[in-house]
Amino acid sequence: MRDFEYEAPMSLDDAVALLSGNPAAAKPLAGGTDLIDHIRTRRLEPDLVVDVKKIPDLNVLELGDDGLRLGAAVPCYRIYGDPQIAAAYSAVADSCRIIGGTQIQSRASVGGNLCNSGPAADSTPSLIALAARVVIAGPGGRREVAAEDFCTGPGQNVLESGELVVEIVFPARPAVGGSHYRRFIPRNEMDIAVVGVGAAVELDESGQSFVSARIALAAVAPTPLYVEAAGAALAGQPVSDEAIAAAAAAAREAATPIDDMRGTVEFRKHISGVLTERVIREAVARARGEETGYRIGQ
Amino acid sequence: MAKQRIVSTSINGNPVEFLAAPRQTLLEVLRDNLDLIGTKEGCSNGNCGACTVIFNGRPVDSCLVLAVEAEGGELETIEGVALTDGLHVIQDAFLGQAALQCGICTPGFIMSTKALLEENASPSEDEIRFHLAGNLCRCTGYDKIVRAVQQAAEGVTN
Repeated sequence: MRDFEYEAPMSLDDAVALLSGNPAAAKPLAGGTDLIDHIRTRRLEPDLVVDVKKIPDLNVLELGDDGLRLGAAVPCYRIYGDPQIAAAYSAVADSCRIIGGTQIQSRASVGGNLCNSGPAADSTPSLIALAARVVIAGPGGRREVAAEDFCTGPGQNVLESGELVVEIVFPARPAVGGSHYRRFIPRNEMDIAVVGVGAAVELDESGQSFVSARIALAAVAPTPLYVEAAGAALAGQPVSDEAIAAAAAAAREAATPIDDMRGTVEFRKHISGVLTERVIREAVARARGEETGYRIGQ
Repeated sequence: MAKQRIVSTSINGNPVEFLAAPRQTLLEVLRDNLDLIGTKEGCSNGNCGACTVIFNGRPVDSCLVLAVEAEGGELETIEGVALTDGLHVIQDAFLGQAALQCGICTPGFIMSTKALLEENASPSEDEIRFHLAGNLCRCTGYDKIVRAVQQAAEGVTN
């Protein structure tokens, strides 16, 4: 691997100073499951790698009355390993269980998945569906952006020179709410999404009507795609085949995929609708506390 | 060149200090500097799991860890698995079920299995297959490996 310097700052201020002192040539390291491979293949050529895992702010994992705080360097296994978090924010847990294999999940973080900004990132649609906000620190101080506004193109995002993601914050879940993420891949595990869909729904007290819903898609646009129209098709409607079909149609309509070795435009648009429907049904079942049929690899 | 650093770790229960440049992976240091060549290099990009070691209690691909990240950490490698008076139950099970042919993937499978059984002493076949999805074997077709893990879970040493 090409030569680089390594620093492991203990504080956020030190990390920002290191990253902004050499912004073009410095890269933050969380789980390293993408970064180390990219350095090896020379896709990235940093002169300085800043290991951010020793910074307490980036290791926060706190579920409280206000919601969930997820530090940018928290590895996937800690998220699905916490039963309360996995129940309340199940879409994110679903994502974390299918990102790579066990070894990858020991290291890879949701923050890193977000910052790589791949259109097929498995956790980003879940962040968008759960209305997460991304907390960014940099030489100019702190700022926040909505998860759906973070990615700007394949591998591109809103981070400015010297900035890094500190944590992802999620609002509290509603009393009757459920969420889910799943993807289509031609095998059971260890693959990149052909299409991925994340959804979060809020139902009324009876569990029979949608109060609101948020739906986001992966791998069908240059960035993870928030489909506001799909949520709007559900809001205020009874939980019915018609309402769910309308949301699926909105997702199919919003998808602007490309043809590649994983799937054609036609197939991806079709699957966007199919998965949206299934993901909404699963999220509704979870909101109602019903037994659900989903298991990984289905 | 970036300066080498002294990295202090525990490997298989013994305190170990080594010198590493930031650019060296944990896999490189284990094999090339510390002569712990039981850990194998397969793909070197995190797909095959041949280089799996247990780092602070979690299975990781050592090709995707910088050696300098191991500072203060605890590592378990395949060299630490066997008991002083014989093989570990997992090793016995892999032999008993003929769960290997060329053997390159085997240390990684054994480390992943050890991590699985420490977390879940009686995994279902599904759980075994998903837990081991990050370990590739091009010889066996996996069924024998799954049976070996099931045998190990039962603590049976045929």
